[in-house]
Amino acid sequence: MRYLYYPGCSLKGTGKAYDESLVAVFDKLGMDVKELPGWNCCGATAYMSVDETKAFALAARNLALAEQENGSDPIHLIAPCAACYLVLNKVQKYMGEYGHLREVIANSLKAVGLNYHGTVKVRHPLDVFVNDIGLDKIKAAVSHPLKGLKVASYYGCQVVRPYADFDNQYNPQTMDQLMKALGAEAVDWPLKTRCCGGTLTGTVEEAGLRMSYILLKEASKRGANIMATACPLCQFNLECYQGKMRGTFGDSIDLPVAFFTQIMGRAFGLEAKRIGLQRLFVPVKAAPAMA
Amino acid sequence: MSSLQIQARIKHQEELDPDFANSIAALPGGENLSRCIQCGTCSSTCPVSLYMDYTPRRIIAMTRAGFKQEVLASNTIWLCASCYECTVDCPRQIKVTDIMYALKRRAMDEKVYPKRFPTPVLAKEFFKSVLKTGRSNEGLTVTWMILKTAPLNMLKQMGLGLKLLLRGRMALGIEKMEGDPTQIRRLMEQVEVEEKKAH
Repeated sequence: MRYLYYPGCSLKGTGKAYDESLVAVFDKLGMDVKELPGWNCCGATAYMSVDETKAFALAARNLALAEQENGSDPIHLIAPCAACYLVLNKVQKYMGEYGHLREVIANSLKAVGLNYHGTVKVRHPLDVFVNDIGLDKIKAAVSHPLKGLKVASYYGCQVVRPYADFDNQYNPQTMDQLMKALGAEAVDWPLKTRCCGGTLTGTVEEAGLRMSYILLKEASKRGANIMATACPLCQFNLECYQGKMRGTFGDSIDLPVAFFTQIMGRAFGLEAKRIGLQRLFVPVKAAPAMA
Repeated sequence: MSSLQIQARIKHQEELDPDFANSIAALPGGENLSRCIQCGTCSSTCPVSLYMDYTPRRIIAMTRAGFKQEVLASNTIWLCASCYECTVDCPRQIKVTDIMYALKRRAMDEKVYPKRFPTPVLAKEFFKSVLKTGRSNEGLTVTWMILKTAPLNMLKQMGLGLKLLLRGRMALGIEKMEGDPTQIRRLMEQVEVEEKKAH
């Protein structure tokens, strides 16, 4: 399997710890994954609201760049950000379904010296870790089993909806399986794929803040002592606004929210700095086995 | 002689826009618009419908019937967080999320969105950043959005910004793609050319 890594813009900003911990985990598992040279913004949610075809063309440029790296095997492009994962998969699918769109994008790419034939496979790291690497190999890499850690795995919307075929859309399990393989306990809770509010937290705060709060409250009620996320925007909403939530809802909510790759890194015994633990607002030290 | 003031609570057919439904259905993802059976699965599954002036089910019905003005001015389309729950659950395979996007773009084209509403401003700032650098620069994009919509909130948000900076989660400089960012501008211009050709 040949992998390339598409970090996306958020992993170079607010989600830097996701980037750092993911790369460290690739390395620990002996995976040879390099960053896609020359990548650009995927088009994301906001771009889609301004001009859809342009958003698709932006996404397609990345796929074309990845395809240039094809050898005998097609490239598997790993996209950890939920929005990037969705948009890259969406353009792939829509170029197949809508001939007009395919033509406009193909001609536009050609004008800047690029081509895309549709051979790249867009993958989420959860999928790669569980289905390619396998839980046995993950277990074998654990040097610090996460005893006593109760993880509420939060998948969010766009990792599982609407294109993911690697997990159940209503009750996904891959992250839970990973956490168990690390020696942690997987908390059973019903809001795994309920929206965190996305950009609403920044634009219509009354709505967004409550959506994130509901998730944290439910996870705490179910006994979680940490929440694991797979998306930079979810992590940002759920963690960085906890102070504001305490003020708004008069609740003592205080739950560490880490990227699932940071939790993997911890179990693999990687140094705190290498997996970006110092970047978190809510210190993970309070959670068992994370100190 | 009656002094009773009356106002029609419904619209007559001639007041509706007969082309509206078709123009939305013609976009990628809009093709199943006319298959809606008004079951309400989208509204019940939507995590934001409680804040909407028209629920997603009603937006679909109104779009089909041609209530263009009401649909484009509604807060519904801006509250949609694109979580795709409705799209996955719709028993008639209507891509409701795609339709919401199409309505957002139409509202922006026709400049009928609520004044000082941050979402369209955010979308446009995002667009500009990508055009210039090939990347989205979260910090700058959000700063501009706040300055343009609610400058007084700047102070409230500074604490968060500072915390992000201290943890190395917000770059002070501008993130640029490797290689030649003008390729992005050329690609975007070419999309416009190709779209015109196709029409």
